[in-house]
Amino acid sequence: MNIKLENIKKLDVTKPLRLDCGKTISNFPLAYETYGELNENKDNAILVFHALTGDQFITGTNPITNKEGWWITAVGPGKALDTNKYFVICANVIGGCMGSFGPRNINLETKKPYGLDFPVITIKDMVRAQESLIEYLGIKKLLCATGGSMGGMQLLQFCATFPDKTFSAIPIACSSSHSAQNIALNELARQAIMADPVWDNGQYVLKGVQPKNGLAVARMVGHISYLSEKGMQEKFGRKLQEKADYEFSFNADFQVESYLRHQGYAFVERFDANSVLYITRAMDYFDLAKQFKGGLVEAFKNQKTKFLIISFSSDWLYTTKDNKDIVIALNASGADVSYSEIVTDKGHDSFLLNEPEFLKTLKGFIDSMHEKFKNEKRI
Amino acid sequence: MKNLKMKKEFKVIADLLPKNTRVLDVGCGDGSLMYFLKKEKNIEIRGLELNRDNVQECIYKGLPVIQGNAETELHQFPDQSFDYVVLSQTLQAFYEPEKVLKHLLRIGKSVVISIPNFGYWKVRTKLLFFGKMPVTKTLPNTWYNTPNLHMCTIKDLFNFCDEKNINIKRVVGVNENKTSLIKKSNLEIKNLFSKVGIFLIG
Repeated sequence: MNIKLENIKKLDVTKPLRLDCGKTISNFPLAYETYGELNENKDNAILVFHALTGDQFITGTNPITNKEGWWITAVGPGKALDTNKYFVICANVIGGCMGSFGPRNINLETKKPYGLDFPVITIKDMVRAQESLIEYLGIKKLLCATGGSMGGMQLLQFCATFPDKTFSAIPIACSSSHSAQNIALNELARQAIMADPVWDNGQYVLKGVQPKNGLAVARMVGHISYLSEKGMQEKFGRKLQEKADYEFSFNADFQVESYLRHQGYAFVERFDANSVLYITRAMDYFDLAKQFKGGLVEAFKNQKTKFLIISFSSDWLYTTKDNKDIVIALNASGADVSYSEIVTDKGHDSFLLNEPEFLKTLKGFIDSMHEKFKNEKRI
Repeated sequence: MKNLKMKKEFKVIADLLPKNTRVLDVGCGDGSLMYFLKKEKNIEIRGLELNRDNVQECIYKGLPVIQGNAETELHQFPDQSFDYVVLSQTLQAFYEPEKVLKHLLRIGKSVVISIPNFGYWKVRTKLLFFGKMPVTKTLPNTWYNTPNLHMCTIKDLFNFCDEKNINIKRVVGVNENKTSLIKKSNLEIKNLFSKVGIFLIG
């Protein structure tokens, strides 16, 4: 990973942030991007929280990778998050590697990159850092906040920590805490990185290298968990990769192998291995009920935010049940909550894909919330 | 025609519900009743609906709706969390209507239930004279494709509430555009001439 991050928007967060781990950080960078214009009444701002391997470049062309933004299906002119109408904001999480404060940053004390000296961060730390951005942009209350997967977790945390900062919220395909299986899969990714000798206890950054093999395997684990069994079978089956028969070797004979290798090795060009360790750790530590001793219902007490929870039927990473548990807690706390399960074979990845029913629901909800929010502001 | 009649039923239901209350509409359909209650009575409304298209329709209208099955998912709503729970023309379609009813009474301080009345004279005559399962405007399906598993009459539900010690606050019979109050004293005759019965219980 050798990318130039000079020409991207960055906020220097001067306010000290006391992290959950006990350390305090200040004067740290938070990289972000915005799309569309904030209107005069400031009632059209939407904050998007990105997932594990996402970044602030949600739509258009990512200026760093020159690839499409990760949520181009949902964000853009005329799309669900219509940038002709709405001001869409996304920040790179702290711990990440797209310009925000992360393990690649230089430690001013040692003048070397942090590596594993970077403090362990949590979902709550990420969210509190992003709150500074909202403040900086002069937005008292967002029209909507949304995010899928880890983005959804950040959103739940955001609503619990700042109950009056967004008029509406759409957590998508997420969970209020990581299950044993979720943690196990993340551990698999971490162990793959740490087993790569190049990783060298996180010190690789000093040598300007990247534990590519380990990081690629970590990404492959992720990709398997983002697809459903049926989706994978339909896409690849037992099809061979540009060959008529088995090669009787360990090359990528099967298409699915070739796909995983491609995804794995494309990933190492744009993502930092230590960031994967830090961000997956933050996800594993996430347990909203634990933070609020009374449980999940307690976390959503006195919510004024209007919620729409969306799950995907074939998502086995963050299942419909995980999402429904959030709905039940919101319901029990008396919050305004809607819930919709989208039927699809595309697994966890569905929220990134062109799923018409999903995108229609997203658009319908946001537009109706905008009308309500405008009326509320008028009164 | 059907729309008009539904509206009449909704109007009766709306009249039973005081302003500024908290109401759960179980089987809320496309949200027409919810919309009406919210707009006309400033009611804080929530819906539960099984059908995906209907759920989406509600979401587009900005009405809070949870996609779910009332038969199996009512347990998620806490005790007495609503002033009223409304169940419109669905009780007869559940596998275990008694269980559902118990949940409704647990969730709501009061419950409004409407039923298509199997005791309506046209229904009775169809069975009596033609010896066939009745198909009417209120009961448009045939025996093999009807969702209605537990058809009952206004009298049946009345007696059921009595037996189970469920407090009946008000019963309204609807026939086309006419409504009438049903009491124990006029139960026989109203059971014969009402197409739909609307019960306020709990």
